[in-house]
Amino acid sequence: MPELAYANSARGHPAARRNIWTGRTFLTAAVFVATSAFAADTLDPAALKRLVHQDCGSCHGLSLKGGLGPDLRAENLQHYDVDVLTTVILDGIPDTPMPPWRPLMTEEEAEWIARYLLTPEEQ
Amino acid sequence: MKRFAFGLLAALLATTAQAEPMATGDLGLVIERARGSVLLVDQSDRAALARIEGLGDLSHASLVYSPDERFAYVFGRDGGLTKVDIVTRQVVNRVVQAGNAIGGAISDDGKLVAVSNYEPGGVRVFDADTLEMVADIPTGGKTIGLVDAPGRRFVFTGWDNGETWIADFSGPEMELTKIKDMGENPYDALITANGRTYITGLFGEDGLTALDLWDETPEPIRVLPGYGRGQQEMPVYKMPHLEGWAHTGEEFVLPAVGHHEVLWVDAATLTETGRTKTYGQPVFAMARPDGRHVWVNFAHPLNDTIQVIDTVSKQVIHEFKPGPAVLHMEFTPRGHEIWISVRDADKVMVYDTHTFEKLREIDAESPSGIFFTARAHRTGL
Repeated sequence: MPELAYANSARGHPAARRNIWTGRTFLTAAVFVATSAFAADTLDPAALKRLVHQDCGSCHGLSLKGGLGPDLRAENLQHYDVDVLTTVILDGIPDTPMPPWRPLMTEEEAEWIARYLLTPEEQ
Repeated sequence: MKRFAFGLLAALLATTAQAEPMATGDLGLVIERARGSVLLVDQSDRAALARIEGLGDLSHASLVYSPDERFAYVFGRDGGLTKVDIVTRQVVNRVVQAGNAIGGAISDDGKLVAVSNYEPGGVRVFDADTLEMVADIPTGGKTIGLVDAPGRRFVFTGWDNGETWIADFSGPEMELTKIKDMGENPYDALITANGRTYITGLFGEDGLTALDLWDETPEPIRVLPGYGRGQQEMPVYKMPHLEGWAHTGEEFVLPAVGHHEVLWVDAATLTETGRTKTYGQPVFAMARPDGRHVWVNFAHPLNDTIQVIDTVSKQVIHEFKPGPAVLHMEFTPRGHEIWISVRDADKVMVYDTHTFEKLREIDAESPSGIFFTARAHRTGL
């Protein structure tokens, strides 16, 4: 059930979510939201994490400390919101080496990466 | 007397064990990028011999060898410069010389090791014995394409300012020569095996820029300006590396940027002699040492594939998929085998370059660069 694991990690501390899981109605609703909003059936957090560190890491460094591309550690991204980062990931930045990743990922995946980058404890 | 004899025997045994000669000519090191270690490998046995750890962040790492093929100088992303003794199989010295580094070179006499840095931008030069800094050359920006050139020189280029600098250490004082107008956003460079021609690839515009280092005052020479004109640019998910020199027909073969092809350039006239369509955005286009074939790997997401191009016909003659994330290839010095890093399979794979048959798989953790000691004797590697 990777979608539930994902919903947990992205939307709140597992302990806080546990109360909700106790109600079947809420559980159903949560799964429905996760599925529709994040295409959870295709999201693979482990693969996305790997992509961030290994492939974004080609320019931004394996540990995201920067290289040809800028430092992407969470503490340096706090002045961006999720939407801006998602757009940068999907469409790139013209006249820079940052390519558009839209051909390779869904909007949901880009948004997952944006949230991941903004969450220091995740990295 | 008995005790003395025993002591002598022990001493003899110890001496024999210690004196077992350790030849390094067919050894190599594989970067294990996630683990911060290097794997010592033996070409002839097609085997890993030892893992040497504690080298820091090796996510974009490379290394050069001392002229005696005993020491490797490993350049880590985190600015670490680590001297590894491959005979005793240990780290013998390490300095963190900058915040963010991209590569290095060793002078022709083996006395100086230079590192190019993104942060702080520039080149720092170290004594190869002690790793004490002997020169600091700030460039004011990210510095790429650092190579050694004959005559105790280093050549490097600024990503931001498009200038190539030549640092000459042949005299008592370092002399700097600055060449402007190399082009927009040079991303990497190579020097030919004879040390004459330095070529930078450009990200910010189509084309490359060459310098004739035999010239008293080298001037930028435009190579293939506008090679992609009229074509749809494709996104570049990994910057190519320039490290290829096909001897047959005296041609360079170079990866295009934003186009799925390799470019052929006449080495004497620096004019285009052809292009070959490839499977993806090329990252490395490496000529087999005899120059007959060029092996090409590709950027994400097409990085599971290798194509082999014949340098006479310029046709792709073989294509195969070693596995997920092929990062680097290294030929044995005479070119009979090629070793390939397949990062996400956690393997180094060894292939026969004539039959294309896989000969061996060697376990390695997230392997990237493979460096055989024969590089010690080649300019620019």
